[in-house]
Amino acid sequence: MFKNYRNLWLALGALIILSPLGLIASGTAFGEWGVDQLEEEVGFIPAGLERMAALWTHAPLADYGIAGFNASFIQAAAGYILSALVGVALVAGIIAIFSKIVKE
Amino acid sequence: MHIPDGYLSPQTAVPLLVAMVPLWSAAVKKVKEKLKKRDVPVLSIGAAFSFAIMMFNLPIPGGSSAHAVGAVLLAILLGPWAACLGVSVALIIQALVFGDGGILAIGANCFNMGFVMPMVGYCVYKIAKGSADDLSGRALLAAAIAGYIGLNAAALVTALEFGAQYHLFQAADGTPLYFMYPIKVTVAAMMSEHLLLAGPVEALVTALGLRFVGSTYPNLLSVGKPLNSYSNRSEVANHV
Repeated sequence: MFKNYRNLWLALGALIILSPLGLIASGTAFGEWGVDQLEEEVGFIPAGLERMAALWTHAPLADYGIAGFNASFIQAAAGYILSALVGVALVAGIIAIFSKIVKE
Repeated sequence: MHIPDGYLSPQTAVPLLVAMVPLWSAAVKKVKEKLKKRDVPVLSIGAAFSFAIMMFNLPIPGGSSAHAVGAVLLAILLGPWAACLGVSVALIIQALVFGDGGILAIGANCFNMGFVMPMVGYCVYKIAKGSADDLSGRALLAAAIAGYIGLNAAALVTALEFGAQYHLFQAADGTPLYFMYPIKVTVAAMMSEHLLLAGPVEALVTALGLRFVGSTYPNLLSVGKPLNSYSNRSEVANHV
């Protein structure tokens, strides 16, 4: 899995290390506001939205960070890099495993 | 562009999730036919790349942000169906592990960024590239245009899904139940961000990514194509 496309893996590694650049944009994307942000962004919380918003609260690395470990940019950046690493490993790993199951 | 839970009515989110099932199964079938065993690591890397590139939030003046997706680069290298699977896996992990995008909204997000984007981008690339050589100036320009249009197509579909909620689902007192802005607002907001900022970045990512991958591993340029039209496929075997 790693030997044939070494340069692509290295490029991916560079992206992981550089990922905290993505933290510079502190604003929330249009239509991705959390319920807590809605009040100030929109002025009210739509009833249906409020009912469904908390469907999934078990994300272990919510918002690409470690819970309670974002006091400084360094901490946030560390959480972000860890998230990139975990995400890349999970995504690449799942496809590798899935392809083995499907091929058989 | 990751729609959280609650922004779409169940009447929108569930049908989109159901619609993705046959699309995913078609994608698995296509990928099984076309992708050689040795190309699977490239799909792994490509999907992981899409995951990572989406973490690079771009600041938008006015306090918003947007990001590139990488789906069109995957579509050009591996075919649009492989891109659909790769981006979908990235989006599902983002929802489950990082709380980015909703659970019920997984269908909508996979439809927008994992289906519309690679399909539109792939078609634009084929048309714009014409018979030009891989990695020629024209091919790279075609990739840039395809990335730009693909991302904006996904943004437009997302904006329409958002805006439709306002017009279709309101409480008895007239307040919106789910997404709270009308279509002209959602389209204006989503499209200005993606036409002006995220689109050009996606164009760069697609063209530079294609040049990097294509010049480092020329064999990958023939992955999605019929074998007989590419005699260099045998050299590939040696290379690998």
